[in-house]
Amino acid sequence: MTVGLVLVSHSPALAAATAELAGVLAGPEVSIKPAGGADDGRFGTSIDLIRAAVDEADSGDGVCVLMDMGSSVLTSKTLLADLADEDDAPRVKLADAPFVEGVVTAAVLAAAGQDLDAITAAAEEAWSAHKL
Amino acid sequence: MSMGFDTATAVAWIGRAAKDIRADEARLTTLDAAIGDGDHGANLARGLDAAVAALADKPPATPGAALVTAGRALISKTGGASGPLYGTGLRRAGKALDEAVTTGVNDGGADVAALASALQAMLEGIQELGGAAEGDKTMVDALAPAVASFTEAASDGAELPAAARAAAEAAQAGLDATVAMRARKGRASYLGERSVGHEDPGAASVTLLLRALAEVTAS
Repeated sequence: MTVGLVLVSHSPALAAATAELAGVLAGPEVSIKPAGGADDGRFGTSIDLIRAAVDEADSGDGVCVLMDMGSSVLTSKTLLADLADEDDAPRVKLADAPFVEGVVTAAVLAAAGQDLDAITAAAEEAWSAHKL
Repeated sequence: MSMGFDTATAVAWIGRAAKDIRADEARLTTLDAAIGDGDHGANLARGLDAAVAALADKPPATPGAALVTAGRALISKTGGASGPLYGTGLRRAGKALDEAVTTGVNDGGADVAALASALQAMLEGIQELGGAAEGDKTMVDALAPAVASFTEAASDGAELPAAARAAAEAAQAGLDATVAMRARKGRASYLGERSVGHEDPGAASVTLLLRALAEVTAS
């Protein structure tokens, strides 16, 4: 079982760099897809980019979506509503987690073969992990 | 003669909204620059232009379908928070409108009661997605009073033009009330106390949208 991850950020660079960092920790088995920026590459979010990333990241075990803030969350929620209306849509969960810390947690657990619910729950616990 | 909210009117509303938002783009941007990131006017103009194009590309069969098509375009093309919010609102409105309409074979249009339930669905969709309550200094602060006003007018037996005018006036009053509010949602909420003293740009665009509705349904 390998759950995929999709990283939604207003910034294409932030999504890509975070995906790269998470990839180092998770290894090549985990599909971690960035979905940063608007359709034209500027800062913002794009439901179409997120949907494409979800389709790429899904290998049948579902996808955990992590978001930075604001319209990343709104657009992801809107996508979730769209998927609910579709037959055979990938199973997607949105993680209510801090972006970088949540992604890292999710990536490590995905590499360990955890399921979508466990990965999402663990990512959401990242809020309470202090650094100092 | 009582005019229903038919497909042509629905399409005209979106077109008028696009025109009115485009005309006021600079003002919306200024409002958003004061307490946001300065892109609300441009984003919404872009989204509504895409909605107009989508409607021309795929002519809708019902007024509800028109709103759903417009909503989908807004979700994809607007950018920012207002895309998902307005887009979801219009999609919900469109679905509710098609469900509520009990006209016969001819497209006589939805009646006031059906449009009231569609506007209610729009508000609910937006509140569910964004989580804003009245008083948070958002688009909801113009939309909620507008929907209440429209619904009240409808149940008092008002015709569509009068109900739409009432809604536009209520939206304006709601917009005026946002000036004194402190933002509790969105980018402006990071400003805290400094958001006070400015109109909310989302409430301003709602007011324009409802004024456009009043304009296209005017008798």
